[in-house]
Amino acid sequence: MEFAFTEEQQELTEAARNMLVESCAPAGLRAMLETGVPLDAARWGVITEMGLPGMLVPEDAGGLGLGVGDFIGIAEAAGYAGLPEPLVELAGVAVPLLAGFADDRGWLERIVAGGIVAVGHPVNPFVADADVAAALLLGDGDDIHLVETGAVTLTRQESFDPFRRLFRVDWTPGAASLIGTGWGLAAERGAVLAAAQMIGLGQRCIDMAVAYAKERHQFGKPIGSYQAVKHLLATVQVKIEFARPVVHAAAVELALGTLPARARVAHAKIAAGEAAELAARTAVQVFGAMGMTWEVDLHFFLKRALALKFAWGGAATHRATVTSRIESLPIGPAATFAAELTAHAPDVKFQGMK
Amino acid sequence: MKLEYTEAQRAFRAEVRGWMEANVPPAPLESFDRTREGFEAHRAWERKLNEGRWGMVTWPEALGGRGLDLIRWLIFEEEYYRAGAPTRVNQNGIFLLGPTMMEFGTEEQKARFLPRMAAGEDIWAQAWSEPGAGSDLAGVRAMATRDGDDYVLNGQKIWSSRAVFADWAFGLFRAPGSERHKGMVLVLFPLTAPGVTRRPIARMDGELVFAEIFLDDVRVPVANRLGDEGQGWHVCMATAGFERGLLLRSPARYQVTAAKLAALYEARKAALPASIGERVAQGWMDAEAYALAIYAMCSRLNAGGKIGPESSTNKIFWSEMDVQLMQTAMDILGDRAELMPRAPDADGAGDWLADYVFALAGPIYAGSNEIQRNIIAERMLGLPKG
Repeated sequence: MEFAFTEEQQELTEAARNMLVESCAPAGLRAMLETGVPLDAARWGVITEMGLPGMLVPEDAGGLGLGVGDFIGIAEAAGYAGLPEPLVELAGVAVPLLAGFADDRGWLERIVAGGIVAVGHPVNPFVADADVAAALLLGDGDDIHLVETGAVTLTRQESFDPFRRLFRVDWTPGAASLIGTGWGLAAERGAVLAAAQMIGLGQRCIDMAVAYAKERHQFGKPIGSYQAVKHLLATVQVKIEFARPVVHAAAVELALGTLPARARVAHAKIAAGEAAELAARTAVQVFGAMGMTWEVDLHFFLKRALALKFAWGGAATHRATVTSRIESLPIGPAATFAAELTAHAPDVKFQGMK
Repeated sequence: MKLEYTEAQRAFRAEVRGWMEANVPPAPLESFDRTREGFEAHRAWERKLNEGRWGMVTWPEALGGRGLDLIRWLIFEEEYYRAGAPTRVNQNGIFLLGPTMMEFGTEEQKARFLPRMAAGEDIWAQAWSEPGAGSDLAGVRAMATRDGDDYVLNGQKIWSSRAVFADWAFGLFRAPGSERHKGMVLVLFPLTAPGVTRRPIARMDGELVFAEIFLDDVRVPVANRLGDEGQGWHVCMATAGFERGLLLRSPARYQVTAAKLAALYEARKAALPASIGERVAQGWMDAEAYALAIYAMCSRLNAGGKIGPESSTNKIFWSEMDVQLMQTAMDILGDRAELMPRAPDADGAGDWLADYVFALAGPIYAGSNEIQRNIIAERMLGLPKG
């Protein structure tokens, strides 16, 4: 039992985080909106050079052969930075899905080289970043198709978050595009990675509010010196501190695919969503009227947090998974970790609700 | 990152489980905060635990422990709570003073106090708060006046849990003429020493959960000082870190409560709205989140890390979670929630009431949650002092 990242994991995450935060300043986000480019080519080049899209690609296909647990800190950093490019779903959802099929038709290698594949999972009504993708993974019943973007019709659905490029995809399944069967754990990966991004987004909102509360003076003192303001921010920090370990555990346990593992993912999504939303709302409150404006950068992070709260399954869906886990499996001490509930099912005293 | 136990850890769990199944009293003991008999029954349980060398498993073997790491301690606690074993009457000793003594005590002090503490021979109370010094603990006025090889203690302490029947206390005092954080000493004194007067304070439900302690020229040797002269504040803050952050409230406690709550709900859910079921599920999630956060913290501490301001985030989380769990139980019990445990038709309702009353104290003791939020804001977030 060791619930801590290795030094290697920490170093990789730290390097990615520094790059993302430095290269993704809010001024740059605003410039992207003005020019209308969907993707910052220079940044995407650096992301590709660092090997981030291919982290979960098997080594024999040119990737790093790592797992969601290795990538989770980078997803959090992408949230913190408000990254507009589709790194997280590409590396964390599209890649493992493709890697699970017998023949990826060379797409994993293309992804390692900077190519983008978007995911049209049935849990989400629209496909994010479809216009910057070379191909889309789409479902037709249990069949998964890999369809080149030129072969589909995209209809933009404008999101509150200007960097979430959502599309309705109209397409016709054909035998040639069929690449495999079943989504596997794609929805769970999408949910836990959205949760990680929300932890980062929530922390960013707190950090921005803290910086503002130190500068802004009222009644002759920084507003951050008043307990009323301090306690609002401390309450949010507590929320984040107790969502983050759930997200980390979910990233590690997810691969088991069992009900306790899926319930952990559900819990992570719920907890991170609540924490991020509270962080964003609290930051608006601390900024006062400025928090409501386009001029202050806070809204970029608030919008992403709100969007991700509902992407990959909202709270109601995930609560149902949690309830089903409580009702059907042992709960209580000694029934915490998913691995122990399958291979080493303990004879616990407190059974579930049923 | 490895979220499964080793075979050795599983074997340890089985060992604890076996011992608990053979030794935990079948019926609950009488409260240790009501009568001397109840208190002594809990002391006898501590002796029995110690015979099995379960008094404090993280301590070195020479001092009555097993020299185990914090992950094993968590496993021990899980099995302890799972077995429904009695509440540790010596928690102020083993969870607060013990680790502080490991850090600041001399070898003589450790050998003198810790094995007796592990065996329940000395039950400890904490004597820090005063009528004029609660959240502002640096305002203590009780005095330790040096007289040769002795300290002479004078003053008044209050809100000392277990002090009604305990044997010893660890108190925060100051040198004459000293102010605020300077000149403080942490002194260990017997509650039976000449000049010590104890006055029980009844909680709102009548339990004698704490006492006032009056010290009138109480003489103790300088060898009873923990840490250096003038270092008292520093020593106390280390103790407070353990108290708030980890040892006092292990996750198993809340996981058991969440499981009992789920069982309570299951038995009555036909008559309850679905919103109650959501709160029960939330209680389970909160208890799991706390467990995961503590496993992560213990992994870090095992690797040589120190407890920092996260002791404040932990304290806020467990105390507010406890209130939520108990509120949900009260809402499930509905019109029986007000029944005392001795009411003929209480049918277990009264135990939830007692736990609810106790939960209300959580956001107050071990440093009020308002103070913890200040600590988070200033030390974690870097906001300016007011």
